Amino acid sequence: MAAAAELTLLEKSLGLSKGNKYSAQGERQIPVLQTNNGPSLTGLTTIAAHLVKQANKEHLLGSTAEEKAVVQQWLEYRVTRVDGRLGPDAVHAVLKDLNSYLEDKVYLTGYNFTLADILLYYGLHRFIVHNRSSSRTLVHVQAECVGELHTFPGNKPPRRTLSCDRTAPWG
Amino acid sequence: MRLFVSEGAPGSLPVLAAAGRAQGRAELLISTVGPEECVVPFLTRPKVPVLQLDSGNYLFSTSAICRYFFLLSGWEQDDLTNQWLEWEATELQPALSAALYYLVVQGKKGEDVLGPVRRALTHIDHSLSRRSCPFLAGETESLADIVLWGALYPLLQDPAYLPEELGALNSWFQTLSSQEPCQRAAEMVLKQQGVLALRPYLQKQPQPSLFEGRAVSNEPEEEELAALSEEEIALAVAAWEKGLGSLPPLQPQQSPVLPVAGERNVLITSALPYVNNVPHLGNIIGCVLSADVFARYSRLRRWNTLYLCGTDEYGTATETKAMEEGLTPQEICDKYHAIHADIYRWFNISFDIFGRTTTPQQTKITQDIFQRLLARGFVLQDTVEQLRCERCARFLADRFVEGVCPFCGFEEARGDQCDKCGKLINATELKKPQCKICRSCPVVKSSRHLFLDLPKLEKRLEEWLEKTLPGSDWTPNARFIIRSWLRDGLKPRCITRDLKWGTPVPLEGFEDKVFYVWFDATIGYVSITANYTDQWERWWKNPEQVDLYQFMAKDNVPFHGLVFPCSVLGAEDNYTLVKNLIATEYLNYEDGKFSKSRGVGVFGDMAQDTGIPADIWRFYLLYIRPEGQDSAFCWTDMLLKNNSELLNNLGNFINRAGMFVFKFFGGFVPEMVLTSDDRRLLAHVTLELQHYHQLLEKVRIRDALRSILTISRHGNQYIQVNEPWKRIKGSEADRQRAGTVTGLAVNIAALLSVMLQPYMPTVSTTIQAQLQLPPPACSILPTNFLCTLPAGHQIGTVSPLFQKLENDQIENLRQRFSGGQAKAGPKPAAVETMTTAGPEQIQVLMDEVTKQGNIVRELKAQKADKNQVAAEVAKLLDLKKQLALAEGKPLETPKGKKKK
Repeated sequence: MAAAAELTLLEKSLGLSKGNKYSAQGERQIPVLQTNNGPSLTGLTTIAAHLVKQANKEHLLGSTAEEKAVVQQWLEYRVTRVDGRLGPDAVHAVLKDLNSYLEDKVYLTGYNFTLADILLYYGLHRFIVHNRSSSRTLVHVQAECVGELHTFPGNKPPRRTLSCDRTAPWG
Repeated sequence: MRLFVSEGAPGSLPVLAAAGRAQGRAELLISTVGPEECVVPFLTRPKVPVLQLDSGNYLFSTSAICRYFFLLSGWEQDDLTNQWLEWEATELQPALSAALYYLVVQGKKGEDVLGPVRRALTHIDHSLSRRSCPFLAGETESLADIVLWGALYPLLQDPAYLPEELGALNSWFQTLSSQEPCQRAAEMVLKQQGVLALRPYLQKQPQPSLFEGRAVSNEPEEEELAALSEEEIALAVAAWEKGLGSLPPLQPQQSPVLPVAGERNVLITSALPYVNNVPHLGNIIGCVLSADVFARYSRLRRWNTLYLCGTDEYGTATETKAMEEGLTPQEICDKYHAIHADIYRWFNISFDIFGRTTTPQQTKITQDIFQRLLARGFVLQDTVEQLRCERCARFLADRFVEGVCPFCGFEEARGDQCDKCGKLINATELKKPQCKICRSCPVVKSSRHLFLDLPKLEKRLEEWLEKTLPGSDWTPNARFIIRSWLRDGLKPRCITRDLKWGTPVPLEGFEDKVFYVWFDATIGYVSITANYTDQWERWWKNPEQVDLYQFMAKDNVPFHGLVFPCSVLGAEDNYTLVKNLIATEYLNYEDGKFSKSRGVGVFGDMAQDTGIPADIWRFYLLYIRPEGQDSAFCWTDMLLKNNSELLNNLGNFINRAGMFVFKFFGGFVPEMVLTSDDRRLLAHVTLELQHYHQLLEKVRIRDALRSILTISRHGNQYIQVNEPWKRIKGSEADRQRAGTVTGLAVNIAALLSVMLQPYMPTVSTTIQAQLQLPPPACSILPTNFLCTLPAGHQIGTVSPLFQKLENDQIENLRQRFSGGQAKAGPKPAAVETMTTAGPEQIQVLMDEVTKQGNIVRELKAQKADKNQVAAEVAKLLDLKKQLALAEGKPLETPKGKKKK
């Protein structure tokens, strides 16, 4: 899913009515948001956090210092580890780490649903779809994804075709 | 909470520097673990630093740990900080880990290390200077500063990797480095060992591999549309309305051009091409074409500009060639000087003088500088062991010896410099030396020679560089080369040679010697000026008033940045020294290198036979100018750029603008009634024009070309959105709108014609003739966008500017110039120094073929060992192949003979 589409989807989930337009920068097609009253913002997680604040849903960025840091850590994980051009081994490592992290948790911060869950879900969706055969070991990641879909009001799962038309990097 | 760190892990730096923030709020224990210890239970790969929180949770991201410390101290998160941290994680870290790995683990140096991070460093610098804040996120130091500082510190603490020209980055970095928490963190992590302290950790890490395919890139960074303030818009509109009236009156071009006190005086040189080489595209872009763009720009700014170049004619290669062709060396030079001059004339290079080094002025000035150096004790005498080829009965000039490089082991190192490692070599240090003419092994003979005492001049040089470099526009590669030479310490350099064709040495006992070309070739700039005007000293002995810009490829930097400055500093005669040394990287050809001997690549004299106009060549070469990194000439890319940028973007816009005036308004520029959209466009164009000026003032030629294309893209969009061809058929208001849009568009076209002048002079003149642009507007480029074609101005006949390049046409050319590319073995990395073969090289090869043929015959006659014969036969076949390539003949396939 292109970053702009993902951000639009996020806007809808957050209940932001007026859709923003995004441009893309560089070979990695990093999203850029031109705000009305300030300089432009660059980067998926930066813009996502900005949208969350715009929607007055700051709790999605975490409530305590610890939660805030954890949310940002997983947002960083999303753009550095999940978004890379990963081979099958690296994908497996990412899924395995997440799975074992989530073993005793409902959400990435523990019990509170946050932006980190949303963006990680979007980022992982392509692997889950393509990795059904190996997904038996990844119950917690899947559970988390499914859990999110049910608990986050107004959010529909991205259509499967949306993820499928992106060729698997190893396929 | 507990912090786990590891010896030499770079992430510890920002974390320790930020830890101070949390002091008194939580207890922090620090444990040191091994680099391969898995601290975080859920992560497969080891990761440090890690912060274990009292809740049991782990923070394993360096930024997140720093963020946590800041959050504990009551700091609030903001968008700008988030943006910097995301950029740090996704852009800076990959580049930086590659650079650190090269430096610390692989022991690479210089550009290899700086190359990957240069773009990121420039980004930080630009952000700091654009916002003119001392810190990344505003007036006070914050999380972003600590995280980025900590990431960069291991590399930037070595001044060699902190580019001086990035002033804002420099002061930001120094400010942070001098703060107590940062200093303490630096001491704890680097332990005063510098970057090598990171080795225990980094050598356990996998090699970062993010840079595949990025090394050679012709693609620019994406443009960002800047936000405009009301004030900027108002200023742009005010300037526009002043129009032609605000241009200074035209002044007649003075001849000769001389500096004027109180004005800007720009002296421009491009490296002197050696007379009997035909320059290839890489030579052309590296020197004469780049300098030409700057000279033309400088004249558009009304600076007093003198642009000079000439052929470098002395030396042993000329002597040899003269013998071959049965001419005198002077006749050879006359012949080839004309060939060079023709090529540059075809490329439309605007020299004020294209001279030569074989003139009485050259002798006079060189000898004068020498006498002054001698009188001041900067010349040493010594006996030199020199290579002499007994078979050819002469001392071998450096370029006629080849052998194994004593430093890097490269097998085809030349006698003066290794093309692979770039180090200067004394020919006698070469291992397994060979005479390049006859391939026999030369013997060492001694001869008395003169040396320039560079160690004695080193201090003066350094003082001068300290004064000159800060704030100047020396390219980063030039700074780097000079710095690394100084770090290694200067050594005395031989300035005489056992030759006849050169500037005579005016000293008893040296009557049969001449000056080494590299002592006197750079003096050629001075003597060429002296042949242009008898008042040459007003240019060359006038450092206060004259700004000297010297253009070259990077292999020429030591001679222009060290040897020549040392000579004239020692001469103590108030010479003008280089203020801005502009060196390009190398231009490759398709996927390989230019090579005349293998028939690969396009050379100056062939470009005209392709049927592609000189301006298109200029445009493409400048578009891919190896500015900051190597780039590659690629035929299909040339086709693409011509058809997309020139034809569809620039040409399309200018042609449409003119055609609308012609078709809809009878050739007269219509009235313009500006709306707020038009004003915004004016401001955008003005901003881009100012950006163009900033870039060219800093000699960033390739980047400034992008500004032109950006403006015409804005223009096309403007026409597309406003559809004047529809509105012209509409209501009165619609027709007025069509008029405004057309008028504004044609004025943008006029502006583009002037901005284009340094790059594509013929196209520029054509546009100006089509638009009948008033003469003052043609020859000055102001810093604001003016209305130079006011309502009522009549334009001329408009016709298309560019032609489409077709696939098959380009494919034919690609094949024609591809030579034996597929068969080519590994060749030296340097393009600029590649020998270009005229008849001279062909002659050498023919001689070698004959000689090798004799060897084979002799061996066969002696019934020598089969393997030995086979080896010699293989050599012969290889030589024949090279010869065929050099002559441009098709390869003969050996019939049925088995090669071993």
